[in-house]
Amino acid sequence: MNDLEFQPRQVARKSLGNLWKAIFIAATLLGVLSLATLLYTIVDETFGLVALEFTTPPEELALVPNKAIEDHTSVELAAVVRQALEDGVGTLTPGIVSNYETLQAKPLEQWPKADILDMIYTDILEIEVQETFGLVESLFQKDRITIAVAEEYPDATLIFRSWMSGDFLTGDQSSLVLNAGIRSAIFGTLWTIIIAILFAFPIGVGAAIYLQEYAGDTRLNRFIQTNIYNLAGVPSIIYGMLGLALFVRALEPLTSGEMFGGVDPVTANGRTILSAGLTLGILILPVIIINAQEAFKAIPNSLRYSAYGVGATRWQMIWHHLLPASFDRVLTGTVFAVSRAIGETAPVVVIGASTFLTLDPTGPFSKFTVLPMQIYTWTARPEAGFKNAAGAAILILLILLVALNLSAILYRNHLRKTKEASS
Amino acid sequence: MSLPAIHVQLRKKHRPLESVIHGFLFFCAGFSILITTGIILTLGFDALRFFTNDGADLWSFFTGTVWEPQIERFGILPLLNATLMTSLIAMLVAGPVGLAIGIYLAEYANRKTSGILKPILEILAGIPTVVYGYFAVTAVTPWLQATLGVDLVEFYNVFSAGLVMGILIIPLIASMAEDALAAVPRSLRQAGYAMGATKLEVSLQITLPAAASGIVAALVLGLSRAIGETMIVALAAGAGSKFTFNPFQGAETMTGHIVRISGGDISYQSVDYDSLFAIALLLFFITLTLNFFSRKIIEHFREVYE
Amino acid sequence: MNEAVIATEVALEVKNSDIFYGDFKAVLNLSMAYHHREITALIGPSGCGKSTLLRSLNRMNDLIPGTKITGEYLFQGKNIYDSDVDPVQVRRWIGMVFQKPNPFPKTIYENVAWGARINGYQGDLEELVVTSIQRVALWDEVKDKLHKPALALSGGQQQRLCIARTIAVKPEIVLMDEPTSALDPISTAKIEDLLDELKKTYTIIIVTHNMQQAGRVSDKAAFMLNGVLEEFGPTDQIFFNPKNPKTEAYISGRFG
Repeated sequence: MNDLEFQPRQVARKSLGNLWKAIFIAATLLGVLSLATLLYTIVDETFGLVALEFTTPPEELALVPNKAIEDHTSVELAAVVRQALEDGVGTLTPGIVSNYETLQAKPLEQWPKADILDMIYTDILEIEVQETFGLVESLFQKDRITIAVAEEYPDATLIFRSWMSGDFLTGDQSSLVLNAGIRSAIFGTLWTIIIAILFAFPIGVGAAIYLQEYAGDTRLNRFIQTNIYNLAGVPSIIYGMLGLALFVRALEPLTSGEMFGGVDPVTANGRTILSAGLTLGILILPVIIINAQEAFKAIPNSLRYSAYGVGATRWQMIWHHLLPASFDRVLTGTVFAVSRAIGETAPVVVIGASTFLTLDPTGPFSKFTVLPMQIYTWTARPEAGFKNAAGAAILILLILLVALNLSAILYRNHLRKTKEASS
Repeated sequence: MSLPAIHVQLRKKHRPLESVIHGFLFFCAGFSILITTGIILTLGFDALRFFTNDGADLWSFFTGTVWEPQIERFGILPLLNATLMTSLIAMLVAGPVGLAIGIYLAEYANRKTSGILKPILEILAGIPTVVYGYFAVTAVTPWLQATLGVDLVEFYNVFSAGLVMGILIIPLIASMAEDALAAVPRSLRQAGYAMGATKLEVSLQITLPAAASGIVAALVLGLSRAIGETMIVALAAGAGSKFTFNPFQGAETMTGHIVRISGGDISYQSVDYDSLFAIALLLFFITLTLNFFSRKIIEHFREVYE
Repeated sequence: MNEAVIATEVALEVKNSDIFYGDFKAVLNLSMAYHHREITALIGPSGCGKSTLLRSLNRMNDLIPGTKITGEYLFQGKNIYDSDVDPVQVRRWIGMVFQKPNPFPKTIYENVAWGARINGYQGDLEELVVTSIQRVALWDEVKDKLHKPALALSGGQQQRLCIARTIAVKPEIVLMDEPTSALDPISTAKIEDLLDELKKTYTIIIVTHNMQQAGRVSDKAAFMLNGVLEEFGPTDQIFFNPKNPKTEAYISGRFG
């Protein structure tokens, strides 16, 4: 058709359309690529070659044959140390050992394994991580690395190391990166999260029930609702400051456990599991409320009416009908909030998570560290090896988060299936 | 004739359990107000204590260009400047990319593609921020130094932190933008197509302007997230305040400073300690204002289409 | 209306078309021709396929995933479903007015100017906007608020604006999908008057649920049932002397 009044420039418009479509796709791919690079970086750091230097080669130790040094028991390691003292291997002297034993107030044989291992690494082998290499480099450029290491650290040995290992997961904290473990951080994370859930779940669901099922359209209720939305957007570090001023300082007698006795009032302070748990609880409370409200909103009014229709009171309707019907959604919403709490770092740093713990947390009044805190301190350290350990800790944190979310999704699907089957 | 008598009790019944439950649930909801009050009181109280110190007054706090607690100089500008720089860089990344992803998801992607992309964005949004901080110092900073030169780029620098923070905020902006675009009635798109518009013309000239307020809300909320973000800047942007506009230098942000100082052994009776609360109070008000506006814009947006 | 069919030039012709939504067959083996500068009404009960057919006439169905269309749709001697045809250009020549008024959330002026602008209008845009609005008899009502939001207009005014917006790109054919079903009787009457005026310039195909409307405005009418074109002819014939018993049943209100 002849178009005199219009010049539709079809070709130009079409190619402009294609250009922009390509831009939109490129942006999307960029997002996907970022995630891929991030995961790649973590995995790359977690495994790879390590250039180690020691003054005494491990072969000179009287190790149990065919057993890696990390796999020895405390008693076996103590024997290794005693043998080394006898043979004069390394720079360790009997005097140093007895000094340490006095410090620990028990003989070498009864020390935690990690401490003996630390001593062997620092005082006998005098081991030092010189440089670490990424997984991809280690796999594809091993020759280049070998040459470079031989040139730069002539005395170094090159070994392939998985920074994530059983020992890493279950090991004590250690100032030696080769020997460091995250057991106490994992315990700390579990303790704080349990307290956060115990605190935030009942209050959060209660608040959601009130706002969704009881609250009329009054000024006060609208204010509460707005306030909750605003709280959900408050930066987490502000919650840390609240926790620091309120739980750590103002409520110290409570959060340190002094009120309940059983702790040394001199060393006790408010930087405990309880303070962290409550702070994280307050932090996720708005998220739990909003998610639970969404869950209740999704329940059709017909369910409520049918309960009222047979003479149920409001609470009977909620307890017997609304809560069971919305449980799956409330659950996934809560898991989402808890996942956030598990990864939170800033508030726990502000509250004063310990950077180094010799004991596992044993209760709400213990000092604590958590996984993200461990990742933060290791990432901030410049010495070789710590970033790799941080990578391994991140991998474990991410696995924990994925497992948590996955099991929530599977459980939800299971619930839905049984619900469908029974209806 | 009389009907057989039945016993019907219609009078109001006293139900103590119902009242107790109602009361408890109201307490739960009202608890959120306690939290807000707690935040304002604790931050306000210590901030007030800070401003009663010599060396610290409101004027020099807001106009001072030096933040050196050791010599009692408490000017917020270097910290605020670093916060704004990282946030601006983050928004320059997350704004266009997030918006483009939002448009792609809402206008172009078919069900299958968005079924793959959305979980990826959710994973990206669910990764703890400390991991992003780790990513900044182990991957992005070395890469920046390798491409732009070690002379130009310091190891701890504002640019790397801002860049990674941008990646962190992409999913937030993308999903909010997608929601806003998806809320634009389909009939508007159809009207555009029926007049011989191309997909791009409909997307950019009809749908996007119609969703403008929702998108502005997303950007405002993203900015608020960036300003309050802590771990990335704590790890990557550098320690020690510095009043600089060079993004390749290190400069401590408000949040970064709070984390570094409070993470150390700090006396509760010091001016340093109180100064953190003054910073936090300012941070609280900035983010609160941004969040408030973001919500207002969204509410207005809903009114247009409902 | 004329009793006899006057052979006019064909504006758009459908040949042997089936339309599917996924597995559902919405229109079956349909053939019909729409004549130049006539109003053709598509009538039939809900779900009979008339709206589906209408959306196929300018490839709006392309936007609904899972739609499949067979057969030929000849416009200006070209099948609009040929692979070398740009659906964007098809819609530029065959415009559409929708059931519910859907002005863009822009100003009144922009609503009318936008389509002409994207299609590269060479003339005086302002003049085009004014004449388009005048042609839909909306000028007196909006001349003082051309730069105010279109959403502030009443439903009837919005619908006339949507018609003005459609004719501003000077299409050949205008498709109307129940354009008055969301309007009050007065607004409906105004639009019906408008149709008489517009058919001097455009070929109009209108889907309507309103029998009286079809009788009042159309030159030809097509009755569809379950995706099948049951009867097609001059409106008077369809309404007063239907050949197909199903048409008669529908017209006399026995179903639908």
